[in-house]
Amino acid sequence: MGLLSKKDAALIKDPLADNNPITIQVLGICSALAITAELEASIVMSISVLFVLGVGNVVISLMRNIIPSKIRIIVQLIVVATLVIIVDLVLKAFAYELSKTLSVFVGLIITNCIIMGRFEAFALGNGPWKSFLDGIGNSLGYAVILIIVGFFRELLGSGTLLGIPVLGDPIEKTGLYALGYENNGFMLLSPMALIVVGIIIWIQRTRNKDLVED
Amino acid sequence: MEKRTDKNSYTIIFAIAMVLVVGALLAYLASSLKPTITENERLEKQQNILYAMGINENEGTSANFVSTDDAPELFDKYIKQQLVVDYNGQATENDQAYLIDVKKEQAKAKDGGVRQLPLFVGEDEKGKKYYIAPIRGKGLWDAIWAYVAMDENMIVQGAYFDHKGETPGLGANIKQRFFMDDFIGEHLMSNGTFKGINVAKGNADPKNNDKTDNEVDAIAGATITGDGVSAMIRKDLKLYVPYFKNLKQ
Repeated sequence: MGLLSKKDAALIKDPLADNNPITIQVLGICSALAITAELEASIVMSISVLFVLGVGNVVISLMRNIIPSKIRIIVQLIVVATLVIIVDLVLKAFAYELSKTLSVFVGLIITNCIIMGRFEAFALGNGPWKSFLDGIGNSLGYAVILIIVGFFRELLGSGTLLGIPVLGDPIEKTGLYALGYENNGFMLLSPMALIVVGIIIWIQRTRNKDLVED
Repeated sequence: MEKRTDKNSYTIIFAIAMVLVVGALLAYLASSLKPTITENERLEKQQNILYAMGINENEGTSANFVSTDDAPELFDKYIKQQLVVDYNGQATENDQAYLIDVKKEQAKAKDGGVRQLPLFVGEDEKGKKYYIAPIRGKGLWDAIWAYVAMDENMIVQGAYFDHKGETPGLGANIKQRFFMDDFIGEHLMSNGTFKGINVAKGNADPKNNDKTDNEVDAIAGATITGDGVSAMIRKDLKLYVPYFKNLKQ
């Protein structure tokens, strides 16, 4: 990337693989389990987190020298809650349909540990531009995992992708179902998301031995 | 030397200032946007009621309302009567009935008061009548509600379900066509008594061919939301039974 220095580019690239927030930093696992039964929900959540983490990191970074260290967690929580509520209110007034889709994610975003995790680990110690890149990088890393998990859960659990049937009709027994294939209802339950995330971690650590702790 | 931001006095002043700034900002935003939000909610109610009686712009498998611009006009065109029904089935006309807050009415009933039951009578181009009732209950995380359109025999003609915060991909799917459309044609009565419609797991009729079994197929992974749907139908729609009995006399 010509636009960014090597260090800045690393802020975006590292979280996509070797410093992934979900598989390596173990941040944001809860939402990765909760909302990945469908690909669409995974994508909406990813975009919401991208926005909140990008902006939130900048705000926290700008405030980093004036935040009292004793109450910094509460301050971070207030910043993220305020941002999310402002977005929610504005959407409710000017994009009502969209707000209906997003409203269920609001609570999940505020309590998403990836946001607090990056505020605490990065934005409090770095400048706004670097923090912005860190926020974008980490939310993209989060998005990659969410979308992979959502893809497999929806495909194997419901036989659809983005709500469109891709394997045939399970009730009329067409397509793959004519051969005796059945949807695996288990994929729709949260524990299976953990297993899919586990498989991703397994593959990642097999390919890159540096990530394996002794 | 102690850092300035570590001092207790600084911490307290910072906390107070932050609360004031954030509180004022949110309060200002909330109150200035309130009229727009209330108006959006009013139009949405009209869209929901029209959706239940089949006035919608559904395409393929997705549920689409009529546009917000058309909603008030279509609402006036199709909804012939707005009624408030009491427990004995007596109806009084009230052209603001759709603004009655079901949540508040339920709270009233809980405190021993008398609940107003809104009912909308719609008529399509063919002269077919729809009786649309709003109902409300609890899902897994938060409130769920619905508008159910019935005919004179309490056979469901259409339904629109919605929720505040059910899990996306699981309970949130109650507002998907594949779930809502299953209710169309289902009987609420069974041999002359009110039975409701049960959202049943392991239902032996996943294609929903049997419309008189008082059952629809549940959504996998959304047991509690489904139970909430069954419960709100059973509790709230039951209150309308006297009205439908009177209607036939």
